Amino acid sequence: MFPAPIQEASAPKRYAYYAAIAIVLTFWLLPLLAVLLTSVRSLEDLNAGNYWGLPKEWKFSNYAEVFQSTPMLRYMLNTVIITLPAVVGAIALATLAGYALAKFRFRGNLLMFCMFVGGNFVPFQILMVPVRNMAVRTGLYDTYWALILFHLAFQTGFCALFMRNFISTLPDALLESARVEGANEFRIFWSIILPLMRPALAALAVLIFTFIWNDYFWALVMVQSDAVKPVTTGLSALRGEWVASWQLISAGSIIAAVPPVAMFFILQRQFISGLTLGAVK
Amino acid sequence: MNSPPQSVSLQPGIALPAKRRRLTGINLVPWIFLAPAVIVFATYVVIPIFQSFWLSLYDWDGLSPSKKFIGLSNYAALFQDDQFWTSLKNNVYWLVLFLLGPVIGLAIAIFLNQKVYAMRIVKSLFFFPFVLSGVVIGLVFSWFYEPAHGLLNTILGAFGLPSISPLSDENLVTPAIIAAGLWPQIAYCMILYLTGLTAVDPEQIEAARIDGARGMKMLWHVIIPQLRPATFIAVVVTTIGALRSFDLVQVMTDGGPFGSSSILAYFMFQQSITNFRMGYGAAIAVVLFLIMSVFIAFFLRHMIRSERS
Repeated sequence: MFPAPIQEASAPKRYAYYAAIAIVLTFWLLPLLAVLLTSVRSLEDLNAGNYWGLPKEWKFSNYAEVFQSTPMLRYMLNTVIITLPAVVGAIALATLAGYALAKFRFRGNLLMFCMFVGGNFVPFQILMVPVRNMAVRTGLYDTYWALILFHLAFQTGFCALFMRNFISTLPDALLESARVEGANEFRIFWSIILPLMRPALAALAVLIFTFIWNDYFWALVMVQSDAVKPVTTGLSALRGEWVASWQLISAGSIIAAVPPVAMFFILQRQFISGLTLGAVK
Repeated sequence: MNSPPQSVSLQPGIALPAKRRRLTGINLVPWIFLAPAVIVFATYVVIPIFQSFWLSLYDWDGLSPSKKFIGLSNYAALFQDDQFWTSLKNNVYWLVLFLLGPVIGLAIAIFLNQKVYAMRIVKSLFFFPFVLSGVVIGLVFSWFYEPAHGLLNTILGAFGLPSISPLSDENLVTPAIIAAGLWPQIAYCMILYLTGLTAVDPEQIEAARIDGARGMKMLWHVIIPQLRPATFIAVVVTTIGALRSFDLVQVMTDGGPFGSSSILAYFMFQQSITNFRMGYGAAIAVVLFLIMSVFIAFFLRHMIRSERS
C-alpha cells in the first residue's frame, strides 16, 4: 500500500494526520459551508453586517420562502420529467448497441464505436445551432421533448461506450452454449445478457442521472418558459430577481443541489464504479 | 473484418451461424441491435456537426427563412475580432490551469489513501462537489468572491490584507472562475487516482522499499508509472472539460467585465443567441471543434491501440 499505512506510524504522527484531514476538509468545503450558513440567516442579520458569526436567529423559513414565492417546485418537477425518460431511453438504446459492439464482429464495428466515443466528447456549441433549429422547425422548442430527446441521444454515446466495455467482460462461453441450444440472438440478449447487466445498469443510471440533472447549456438554448424550465436555468433566473438577497440565493442553490447529492450519497458505490470504469485497467 | 465461417466456434465474439452470413454477405443482426442508437446519435450529434460547418459559410440571423452564402467571410471577420482572440487566450489559460486538476487530485488521493476510521465518509465529502451543477458552483463561488461581504475578503481581512474583487477585475477574473471550475475537477481526478491506487501492485512497493526507495522517489519511480491508466483518463477528461466549460462563465460573469472572461464556448453562445448571428456563431463553434478534435483524435488513437493489443 502507498503511502505506508498510518497505523504503523508513531502516535503523535497519527494524531497530526487526523488533524490535517480535518483542516484540509474544512478548507475544501469552506465555500459551501459559507452558503449553508447564509441560507439560514435572517435579512436583519445580513443588514446588520453579521455575515460570518453564528446567525442570531436560525431562519429555516428561508427555504419555505423559496418554495412559496418562486416556481422552484415547478422547476424541480420539470427537471424530473426531463431527466427520467432521457436516462431510461439512453440506457435502453445503449444496451442494445453495446451488445452488438461487444459480441459481434462485423465491418464497421470499430467505426461505430469511435463515432459514439468521439461524439461524446465534442463541444456542445458545434451542435447548438442545428439542434436548436431542428427543435424550432418540429415545434418541439420550449417543450420537455426538446430536452428529453437531445439528452437521450447525446448520452447514448457515453452509455454505449460503457455498456460495450461491460458486456465484453461477460464470457463468450455463455452465449455459445445458448446458441448451441438454438436460442436466437434476441432471446440470448433478453434472457442471458440483460439479467447479468443489472449492476452496470444501476451504475450507469446514477451517473447519467446527475449529468442530465445538472445540464445548464441545453436548458438555456432549448426552453424558456417557466412551465418547462428545469432547475438549473430556473435558479439562474431567480438569482436575477433576488439581486443581492444572498440568503435566498443560498437557500435556492442548496435546494437545487440536494437531489443529485442525496443520490450520490445513497448510491455511492454504483456511482463510483460507473465513473471509474476503465480507469484502472 | 468478416472472418471465415469455419472459425465461428473457435473465435470469441462471432455470432451468426455461418449459413446466413454466406447468403447475405452482411451480418444483419448486429445492425438491428445498433440501429436505434445509431439513428438518434446521428440525428442529434453527427449530422449537426456537418450542418454547423455548412452554416458557418452563411450569414443568417436564425429567424429569416433565407440564408445568404458568404463563403469564408465569417472566418475572416472572426480573425479580425478582438473578442475572439481574448476568448481564445482565455481558453488557453483554462487548458493550462485546469491541468492542476490531476496534480492536486493525485496529491489528495495519496493523502487520503489510508484505512482509518470514517475514511469512507471523508472521501465522499471530498468527492461530492463533483455532483453539483455548474450553476450551483457558480453561485457558491460568486458568494465566496463577493467583494463587500464574501468569505474570501473576510479571510484576507483577518490577515490584514486588502480586499479584492476577483470577478470585476480583468486580471483576476479568469483565474477566479478557473479556481471554481477546478473544485469539482480535482474531486473527479482524486476519485480516479484513489481507484488507481488500490490497484497498485503491493509486491513492487515492498521490493522498492527493500531497495530503500521512499517518499517522493517511490512515488515518482514506482507509483506514478503504475497509475498511467488513471492519469491518461484524468488528463484527457480534464483537457476536454477545460475546453467545454461554459456554465461557470455564464453564471459568474456573463463573460465580463468588458468581455475579459469570455471563452470560445461562451462567445459562440453570445453571438448566436444574444446577437442572432447564427452563421458567425457556427464559425466560432467550428474553430472550437477543430481545437478539440486534436484531443479527441488523440484519445481515439489510444483507445484503438489498446483495443488491438
